[in-house]
Amino acid sequence: MLATLAIIMGLGGLMELSAQPGVDSGATAWMITSTALVLLMVPGLAMFYGGLVRSKNVLGTMMHSFAAMGVMSVLWVTVSYSMCFGSSVLGGWFGWNSDYVFLQGIDETIMEGGVPEYVFSMFQGKFAIITPALIAGAFAERVKFRGYLVFITLWGLLVYNPLCHWVWAEDGFLFNMGADGAIDFAGGTVVHISAGVSGLVAAIYLGARRGYPHRQMRPNNLVMVMMGVGLLWVGWFGFNAGSSVSSGLSTAQALTATQVAAAAGALTWILIEGFHQGKMTALGFASGILSGLVAVTPAAGVVQPLGAMVLGALATVICYLMLIVKDKLGYDDSLDAFGIHGVGGIVGAIALTFFIRDSWMANAAEAAGGSWSIWQQLGVQVAAVAIAMAYSIVLTLIILVVVEKLFGLKSTPEEEMQGLDHAYHGERGYGMLNPN
Amino acid sequence: MKLITAIIRSYQLDQVRESLIAAGITRITVSRVSGHGAQKREEVYRGKKVIPSLIPKMRVEIAVNDEFVDTTVNAIIEGAKSVSEVEGEIGDGKIFITPLEECIRIRTGEKGSNAI
Repeated sequence: MLATLAIIMGLGGLMELSAQPGVDSGATAWMITSTALVLLMVPGLAMFYGGLVRSKNVLGTMMHSFAAMGVMSVLWVTVSYSMCFGSSVLGGWFGWNSDYVFLQGIDETIMEGGVPEYVFSMFQGKFAIITPALIAGAFAERVKFRGYLVFITLWGLLVYNPLCHWVWAEDGFLFNMGADGAIDFAGGTVVHISAGVSGLVAAIYLGARRGYPHRQMRPNNLVMVMMGVGLLWVGWFGFNAGSSVSSGLSTAQALTATQVAAAAGALTWILIEGFHQGKMTALGFASGILSGLVAVTPAAGVVQPLGAMVLGALATVICYLMLIVKDKLGYDDSLDAFGIHGVGGIVGAIALTFFIRDSWMANAAEAAGGSWSIWQQLGVQVAAVAIAMAYSIVLTLIILVVVEKLFGLKSTPEEEMQGLDHAYHGERGYGMLNPN
Repeated sequence: MKLITAIIRSYQLDQVRESLIAAGITRITVSRVSGHGAQKREEVYRGKKVIPSLIPKMRVEIAVNDEFVDTTVNAIIEGAKSVSEVEGEIGDGKIFITPLEECIRIRTGEKGSNAI
């Protein structure tokens, strides 16, 4: 009796398997894991940003990240997946495929690599969530919640989706630039440069927080910041190693590059800080981790461990200098969305050219029909970065003006003094924690 | 010398601080406290309206020389009085003024009015 049951169940299992030809269960399992890991970065970012602001803004700031999970997920399924990965329309501005609207057409699709298209779509959708959430660091502590929701909706549709299409869709023009495309393995251009540059534009357009820079604005909870950065590092393995959309050699290469770049970045930061300021801070270590991770994001697929370490360290040096420049210039990029993500992304996307592994260059040379030098690739990288920056600046500025005029984005002085938590959410983050 | 103790709405703290700084009063101590007076303000938590029994407040303490008492009190009232719907609402807080017997600066050992 039991044996019969077992056989029936076994057969049932076999039949289920045979109903899904072409699914690579190993790759699919890793991609599902990666999808979850990238989502984990969003609460990680919420903790990172939430810990850095003053205690009256902790919930409002965390909500900037969490709200992106709601808004961008719904947008993604509705039209964004189609705009990113459909065929080029309007001269390649973005993509469109009516089958992808509400993901209706991919219900039973298995992609070439043996991964169900749902998994690929959800994985890519997580990148669309974290990108606008990153921008929020630039204008922390001074935007209206409703205006923010409208802003990320428009920004996702008009900035993220076109950029994602250009860089990652097979008919995107940056994907096909040069011999083997502009290299942006996991989103240095699409995610970090676009978010960083847009954040800078927003920070300058909206103006500084009340009292900045004369009044000290200390982080309310550095413990939460450290945990948030820890979660980001863990999640980044999904972000980078998942971007191979497979489970094999290229996954392992990206994974290793990610680990060593973050470590090199963190060590470099505290070493510089130790010599420059005299003390090695926890926040400095955390910032170094992020700089390293951001810099290796575009490069994870093409550099070897030594190259990844150099990239991480180099990005940290330049980010550190950039924060000093920020204080000189006086703009209020509150949580350094541009200083870390923008600058780190630009350094990574351009400097990776000098560390590309030989096999990639050989492939590129073949595709170019003979030879392909790193200087030619450097030209492609610089062009891709410049195009992404220019597009982000222009579109973000237009969106900011529209949202500010129609819905209101900058907080009133009263709201800013009361704090986002009270003004927009009617809640408090902490119990008896000392005010700051 | 007087010790001025003000109990204010926690989210009005920045208004009060800016108002005090504008009036030239820059030395304050702030702490979080809980309490209630006549206030019965409803607050919303998870979509439910609740009337909290002990309400979070801020206590602002300022020691001043006698001639600065009025300036300080006026600055606190200006910053702490709510102006959103009606001017002045139950729950805006209270100010207590108590005589201050002595004041000593730890760094120098100075005493009295000079140490404030």
